[in-house]
Amino acid sequence: MTGEDMELTTREIDVRLRVLRFDPEKDTEAHFEDYTVRAQPMERLLDCLHKIKWYADTSLALRRSCAHGICGSDAMVINGENALACKVLVKDLKQPITVEPIRGLPVMKDLIVDMDPFFQGYLAVKPWLITDPKEREPDRERLQSQTDRARYDDTTKCILCAACTTSCPIFWADEEYVGPAAIVNAHRFIFDSRDRGGRERLEILSQKDGAFKCRTAFNCTYACPRGIKVTKAIQEVKQAALFKSF
Amino acid sequence: MIRTHEYDAVIVGAGGAGLRAALEAGKRCKTAVVSKLYPTRSHTGAAQGGMCAALANVEEDSWEWHAFDTVKGGDFLADQDAVDVMCQEAVTSVLELERMGLPFNRTPDGKIDQRRFGGHTRNHGEAAVKRACYAADRTGHMILQTLYQQCNKEGVEFFSEFFVLDLLLADGVCGGIVAYEIATGDLHVFRAKSVLFATGGYGKMFKITSNAHTLTGDGPGVVFRRGLPLEDMEFFQFHPTGLYGLGILLSEAARGEGAILRNADGERFMERYAPTIKDLAPRDMVSRAEFFEIKEGRGAGPNKDYILLDLTDVDPEVVETKLPDITEFSRTYLDIDPLKEGVPIVPTAHYAMGGIPTNIDAAVLADHTGTIVPGFYAAGECACVSVHGANRLGTNSLLDIVVFGRRGGLAMAEYANSHKLPAVPDEPARHVQDWLSGLFEGGGPEFPAHVRTRLQTVMMDKASVVRTEDSLGEALVEVQALRRRYDDCRVRDRSKVYNTEITEHIELGYLIDMAEALVVAARARTESRGGHYREDHQMREDDHWLKHSFITKTADGDTKLAYKDVVMGRYVPVERKY
Ligand SMILES: Cc1cc2nc3c(=O)[nH]c(=O)nc-3n(C[C@H](O)[C@H](O)[C@H](O)COP(=O)(O)OP(=O)(O)OC[C@H]3O[C@@H](n4cnc5c(N)ncnc54)[C@H](O)[C@@H]3O)c2cc1C
Ligand code: SF4
Ligand code: FES
Repeated sequence: MTGEDMELTTREIDVRLRVLRFDPEKDTEAHFEDYTVRAQPMERLLDCLHKIKWYADTSLALRRSCAHGICGSDAMVINGENALACKVLVKDLKQPITVEPIRGLPVMKDLIVDMDPFFQGYLAVKPWLITDPKEREPDRERLQSQTDRARYDDTTKCILCAACTTSCPIFWADEEYVGPAAIVNAHRFIFDSRDRGGRERLEILSQKDGAFKCRTAFNCTYACPRGIKVTKAIQEVKQAALFKSF
Repeated sequence: MIRTHEYDAVIVGAGGAGLRAALEAGKRCKTAVVSKLYPTRSHTGAAQGGMCAALANVEEDSWEWHAFDTVKGGDFLADQDAVDVMCQEAVTSVLELERMGLPFNRTPDGKIDQRRFGGHTRNHGEAAVKRACYAADRTGHMILQTLYQQCNKEGVEFFSEFFVLDLLLADGVCGGIVAYEIATGDLHVFRAKSVLFATGGYGKMFKITSNAHTLTGDGPGVVFRRGLPLEDMEFFQFHPTGLYGLGILLSEAARGEGAILRNADGERFMERYAPTIKDLAPRDMVSRAEFFEIKEGRGAGPNKDYILLDLTDVDPEVVETKLPDITEFSRTYLDIDPLKEGVPIVPTAHYAMGGIPTNIDAAVLADHTGTIVPGFYAAGECACVSVHGANRLGTNSLLDIVVFGRRGGLAMAEYANSHKLPAVPDEPARHVQDWLSGLFEGGGPEFPAHVRTRLQTVMMDKASVVRTEDSLGEALVEVQALRRRYDDCRVRDRSKVYNTEITEHIELGYLIDMAEALVVAARARTESRGGHYREDHQMREDDHWLKHSFITKTADGDTKLAYKDVVMGRYVPVERKY
């Protein structure tokens, strides 16, 4: 970094935020509140939310842990789009920055939603390696070629942040839809050469709340903070369900 | 409202250690996992580089060489019986994870691939060896996901977003825990025949750290406040490559794949400090080297306060495929493309070698003589077996959590299946109730965040990579003053639903406890060993200090130190050169 770059990144500026607040013990409806904090352009939106929580209004409720896009805690609607608050920087956001809870899941308080329906969708696709009890377990590792390993690499990156599922218009309209994240996690196993549960999962995903509800809106792919090609994965799962090829 | 539950086994924490334990206990007895985070949010998911085992898939290797490296890397403070167990069981542990579905990277012939990592060598130090099994640079993510998948398959019961605040002991026997349900503010008493703590580390006491906001030492804090000892608290690992200003980790795997550390002059300075294995020397040595490079004016950047991690000579294909995440971190958070220029890095607080003392079956020790707390277990980063001694080798923690998580799960189930539900104190939640209601009182207008920021600065400046009697003395005075300021802070938000002000407030209290224990133990140890470096006592003193510290909180709130001899074995201490 040159001295000038450094100057740019360490100079503090005013950052204006509009945060959607809802306290179930007090409010009947959510409302926006405005805040101004001082932050450097290279700081994360999460840092700004912390400044509100730590020095202005300690009641602000949000989830977060790792602060670098790896734990999946802090998906939010930021300036209208789903993203992780710890993975967007102040310099890249138009002000005032609006921050809202992700959509389609019940809001518990401020930026915290009920994640249980999301995890139920995930569990519905049996996201674990299914083996054939008749096949003998090897003493060493199961072998897998590099090509077979690469086949499902993209979908192993999922951190279950729900950014994709809660950006999906089908999911907003119909909470029974398993949603993109569940299909991504099914994909991770269906295309794993070691797995024998493909048929079981594809049957589940061929049902009415399964993969065929997807209308390829691509919102999920844009929303995914891990850069997973979500729509492509869903398409591959649909293909596999139609042609029983995987 | 207070609710009561009864289980055979209760596991606190849902990172790698907790989930691995749950898999064993869950198959054998009625088990619950209680975690303040959703399991997949645990910081095990942040681990990047790998998990080591002498599989010998790529190069000749043996568990005994691995054991030697672990003991030497730990500067001879590790208990050698425990190290043997870990390195022997490493091989089956990795194979077991593969059979659970973990997507390891593969060799051309389809076996689990392995790569180099700091301090891991062939034949007792001859040359670096490929021992780390990995899944790109998201090995921890894949371990966490795989174990969570398996727990769901086995129907393990989870209580997520339940914050554990107390351990129930009656006549020295463990009978359960008390937890605060974050979503409702309700208290829950979990009575259990056996309890295992797997709450992770406490790096958040330092300003620059690779640790998550939630790594605040709650488990060791609860134990400490109940009058039980903590072991080897003076040993905290600083990782040499944290992103400048942020501390976000860039895995040692980068150097394993050929990246080089350079100072402002572009010099590969590690050649001077560790002529044989250079950039792949153990972390404590590399962090110290960086510290002195910066101190002596050879730091890079306009303020000469960082080192450069140079990946420009590594094959771009390797960088993009084997190190995609760390490449992205540096692009996202520093706007720097590692393919084109050096990445600014500094030492970052990374790993707690110390913690709740246990034996090799994860049973918690009540004192330095080896007495056990019946029914109480601990595993993972919050525990101290001790397999890492004074400095942990890279990839040995993911191994530790899996090996000792498994052992803990087995031991706690066996104990639960042969014992009755123990008695608990009358009104078991009373202590927590009184404590929580007291948090809303208190006079000062100060925000606890100021106390936390100050704590992190003090610990970074005075008790991190390099320490002296003076710096530690000053740190102690400051930490004690910060405790008084903290005690005067109150919780402003009185709501019940998702009151995350309360949880953060309590976490800060534990951090202060951890900081005090660290500083007191570090001040007493007048030698340099592994991650504990005293500029005023630069030599290792095996005659006096081949022993583990045990620190306890006394009834009047003071601390007391005792010591336990290191379990020696095949390896006699030699000077640590690389
Ligand atoms: C960035 C990074 C990279 C790393 N890379 C590697 C690597 O490549 N190889 C390696 O071997 N090691 C690595 N490590 C170290 C290793 O990842 C950790 O030491 C290990 O994952 C710790 O696992 P754990 O299960 O003990 O704790 P964690 O995974 O931290 O889990 C702690 C659990 O405890 C719960 N908990 C905490 N407090 C409470 C409470 N009060 N009540 C209820 N629940 C609570 C949390 O919810 C969480 O579920 C890395 C560490 C970091 C930070
Ligand atoms: S696919 Fe991407 S957006 Fe969806 S849950 Fe996984 S990581 Fe999040
Ligand atoms: S805090 Fe972990 S993903 Fe943002």
